[in-house]
Amino acid sequence: MGPPRSSAPSSQARSLTDSDHLWRRGARLIVRSLRAYPGLHALAMAGAMGFVAASIGGAWVLRAATDNLVVPAFDDGVVDGGEVLVIVVLVVAVSVGRGVGVIFRRWFLSMAENRTQRDWRRNLVHHYLDVPLRFHRERAAGTLLAHADIDLTTATMVLKPLAFSVSVLVLVLLAVVTLLMIHPLIATLGIVLFPLLVGLSRNYTSRVEQPSARAQAAVGEVSSVAHESFEGALVVKTLGLEDAEVARLKGASERLRQERLVVGRIRAVFEPTIDALPNLGVVLLLLIGSWLVSEGSATPGDLVLAAVVFGLLATPLRVFGFFLEELPRSVVALDRVDEVMAAPIEDRDGEQTLPEGPLDVRVRGLVVHYEGYEVLHGIDADVAAGQTVAVVGSTGAGKTTLLEAVAGLLDPVAGSIQVGGRDVNEVSAADWSRDVSIVFQESFLFTDSIAENVGLGRATAADIAWALQVAGAKRFVNALPHGVDTVVGERGATLSGGQRQRVALARALAQRPRLLLLDDATSAVDPRVEAEILGALHQALDMTVLIVAHRLSTIALADAVVYVDDGRVVAVGPHEDLLGREDYRALVTAYEQGSNL
Amino acid sequence: MSEPSAFPGLDEVASLIDEDVPTVSATAVFRRGVAVSPELRAGLGVTAAMALTAAVGRLIVPILVQQVLDHGILGESGYRAGYVWTVSLIALAVVLAIAGLSRVALLRLVWMAETVLMNLRVTVFSHLHRLSLADHTESRRGVLVARVTSDVETLARFTQWGLISWITDTAIIVGTLAVMTIYSWQLTVMVILVHLPLVPFLRWVQRQQFVSYGLVRTRVAETLGQVSETVTGASVIRAYGYDGPVGERLDESIERQYRQQQRSQIWFACMLPVVDLVSSVSLAVSLGVGLWWRDDLGLEAGQLVAFLFLVNLVLQPISQLGEVLDQTQTALAGWWKVLRVLDVPVDVTEPEEGTVLASGPLSIEFSAVCFSYRIGGLVLDDVTVRIEPETVVAVVGETGAGKSTFAQLVTRLADPVEGVVRIGGVDLRTVSPESRRAAIRMVPQDGFLFDCSIADNIGFGRAGSSRADAERAIDELGLGSWVAGLPAGLDTTVGERGSRLSVGERQLVALARAQVADPGLLLLDEATSSVDPETEEALASALERLASGRTMISIAHRLSTAERADLVLVFDQGRIVQSGSHETLAATPGVYQNLYRSWLGNTRSGQPPAT
Repeated sequence: MGPPRSSAPSSQARSLTDSDHLWRRGARLIVRSLRAYPGLHALAMAGAMGFVAASIGGAWVLRAATDNLVVPAFDDGVVDGGEVLVIVVLVVAVSVGRGVGVIFRRWFLSMAENRTQRDWRRNLVHHYLDVPLRFHRERAAGTLLAHADIDLTTATMVLKPLAFSVSVLVLVLLAVVTLLMIHPLIATLGIVLFPLLVGLSRNYTSRVEQPSARAQAAVGEVSSVAHESFEGALVVKTLGLEDAEVARLKGASERLRQERLVVGRIRAVFEPTIDALPNLGVVLLLLIGSWLVSEGSATPGDLVLAAVVFGLLATPLRVFGFFLEELPRSVVALDRVDEVMAAPIEDRDGEQTLPEGPLDVRVRGLVVHYEGYEVLHGIDADVAAGQTVAVVGSTGAGKTTLLEAVAGLLDPVAGSIQVGGRDVNEVSAADWSRDVSIVFQESFLFTDSIAENVGLGRATAADIAWALQVAGAKRFVNALPHGVDTVVGERGATLSGGQRQRVALARALAQRPRLLLLDDATSAVDPRVEAEILGALHQALDMTVLIVAHRLSTIALADAVVYVDDGRVVAVGPHEDLLGREDYRALVTAYEQGSNL
Repeated sequence: MSEPSAFPGLDEVASLIDEDVPTVSATAVFRRGVAVSPELRAGLGVTAAMALTAAVGRLIVPILVQQVLDHGILGESGYRAGYVWTVSLIALAVVLAIAGLSRVALLRLVWMAETVLMNLRVTVFSHLHRLSLADHTESRRGVLVARVTSDVETLARFTQWGLISWITDTAIIVGTLAVMTIYSWQLTVMVILVHLPLVPFLRWVQRQQFVSYGLVRTRVAETLGQVSETVTGASVIRAYGYDGPVGERLDESIERQYRQQQRSQIWFACMLPVVDLVSSVSLAVSLGVGLWWRDDLGLEAGQLVAFLFLVNLVLQPISQLGEVLDQTQTALAGWWKVLRVLDVPVDVTEPEEGTVLASGPLSIEFSAVCFSYRIGGLVLDDVTVRIEPETVVAVVGETGAGKSTFAQLVTRLADPVEGVVRIGGVDLRTVSPESRRAAIRMVPQDGFLFDCSIADNIGFGRAGSSRADAERAIDELGLGSWVAGLPAGLDTTVGERGSRLSVGERQLVALARAQVADPGLLLLDEATSSVDPETEEALASALERLASGRTMISIAHRLSTAERADLVLVFDQGRIVQSGSHETLAATPGVYQNLYRSWLGNTRSGQPPAT
């Protein structure tokens, strides 16, 4: 057994039931790229057309060689040296023409494709930065990564055979003209053959659309499983869940394999058929053509020309097939990206500024939902400017949610939060994030230097040093190989949990905030160090502090306590007063009680 | 983990996983790949033979043209309708037979490829899970996921198109050359000679592409790393308005990825024209030579035309191979990266036939144990200690003193560099993994939960445990009222990583998960650090009750744990510097007394120290 797979890629259902036709969506995808890079696409198309024209030209050259050189040479034994030279030069010239066409087509097309991919990727990740926090909490990290990687690569894949596919139309046109010039009967054969090929391709595409979409969704599932599993590696190891995890991945891979096999089975019918059709055409051509030659209405060279033209059609039509095959995949992949892009972004650019000095907080009737559950049921709370207020409550009472709401990170369902007399939406995002700092329970460090992690590129070196000092991080940071320039975070030097927390705290302080929100931000710090830090904080700063606290020493530092239970404020007041409540006393003096057992 | 990712200097292993540019040849990659996926060999011969036959069958058309020209039209008897019909019908039958054969070959190929890919994914994934935690740093997570997904996907894409092309196109080239030889071996030799310079050229291009695509994969991984940071650090980025610099960094790596992607296209764009030119030259030469020396070569008109037709035909598979060479390089680079993961050594290897630990409380014995990570100094330095069964032990010490490493050695998340760890009197390295997992259970600080219900998460504690077991664990730990307050009780789903629960709540679930296992040795590594004091105290007394019948080790900053323990071990700089009961240690000047006094000052403000 294993845990059920996490969030199912939700766009799957949509893409399968969407009435909006695949072709229209595919066309829109292509038009988006064409609009962005018309010049590049035009150059690539020109190259593709040149290639096609040169290929047909090559067939004409072979006809000329047959009728003007080969047949007379064998019939009459005459070889005209000049004419041989002309044909030889023509053969090489046609090849150079094809080459130039290919270079144009490939280079400019890949440039258009890669740039389109780059632009879309950039838009997507910037969207990740612009959406509300809720967006990230509701989605699996692995899925978001897959959107930025595989999905976008797949979405632009359809552009690869685009120019070639368009040139197929020209090829077909030129081919029909060529065949008409030979004989109407042979042309008729061609005119029957081409639509047959195109019709087959379309039929094929519509049949593979759904399994392709399901396969693409299965790829996302494999990615989700892998991501979740590696993220929980420690737990997987300590619980000995390796086998279960492997089974889970195997399940997802097996579903992927099954879908791919479905596609494969359809393909196994289509591919050989599309290969065989031109050959069948040539057989018919020879039947009709040899009779025409015997009647004198065609030459042997005409037959060679027609056969080469029929042969020429196979490859481009295959490319057209690639195109048709990529189309549903790409459309579905882009759908997944677009679905994310459709998530509304937060418009948080108010024009007001926050008042000078420490900021007061006023919370009224605050109701917050978290993933469908009501977590805060109407909170009222006030924190006077300059006060230090402790938020106390048992595990799961809603302390973190309250702090995050005050920080302006959540969208309350009802009620209001005012900081310094202003609503979060009235203040510019830049001002807000500088003046209101929150330190999370789980400290996150960027893969960057400590200086950047603390200063975020905007604090001065002096501020950074001061913040590290107050956060009690100065000593260990100085001991690191490169001091504040040491790279930490995911790919950098490794810090202990307590050290990480202190760096995260320094980050908040370096902003010189006027409202500081500490969510149990020193839980992994040794008690002695914590005492030093909180002492320093108390002295160093002229700001309002809202702190989630468990330790009595921390609570004792606070001017007042907001006692939260089950998403409601049950009592507010100085710690000493609240000690009169039995439940409160039991909660905060538990260690004392414990040691007296 | 409280000294969590303290795994300094893992450069060698890092290079195996994050390796930049593959430096090996395509054949080496292929050989290694076949060794890892022996399924590649099974039935490949039959499939290849079928594909070959199908490919050679395609030559029916030029042969038909030649036959009709030489014997049906231009022959001495002129137009022979009967002959034309006969050969045409034969050709028709061959074309249809070839289509059927291709279909079967294609089915076999797809089946094999998908099976190989699935097994490869699973093999790599399970190898990654067998690696020690040091190789699972957060940083590498994105890369690890990429190895199992997008790198394998490049291979998948290759098997869907490139692989088929390699088999059929090679077959067509060989077949065409064979037929050409029948018409005129001299001309064929000439055509081959003209094509010869292509071999070193294509090799060179292939090497360039290989390097280039390796770089593309590296850039992709870098971008993914950045995106991963953006996603996991979303709270901080939002709260601090740090989106500007993060956005710039993202733009930079996306731009670098684009540049490398585009650069890698140069080879692809130029290769086909060169191949085309060489083939055309050989066509022109064949035409000239064939005409001039037609009598010496003994050629008929139809044969020369057919020969030219064949030279023209050979151009197609060669250029098609050029097309897929591009894809092949991407796939080889991806394949190599996937295969390299399997080269990362597994540190902790399980015994063939492990000893089974006795049930009930277990003793712990460290004899002169030293530990260091692959590079870096000693993290544990000559630790010798014996813990009797059923003892309640508190491990204390400053951050970085070696407490978590101690825990990792007890649970065999790592093996000592020197010395022996014995649990229940047995060298831990010889204990069977099943028995070890059942008897020894660690609850880490990070209460990672899977995205399913609380009951399911608790159930992972012991294979085959029931819902009743989960309920009992909750009761035993006195967590009933907490569960009752949840939206759906035990059926509440916890969200990705347990994000729907608070950090403290996740720790409660992790604790219940351990309780279900009922281990003989329970290790709590800061397992209740984010739980409120009242709950923690309640848990502590519950755990104390439950400690009868097991040995329990707690690592905690909160010294309330130590007050209750039978034995306190004080770690400092990788050594045990003090051990004894809380009362004794608190009364003795030393590391512990200092820790305890400061803790008292914190938690019982206003009260005199208890000693």
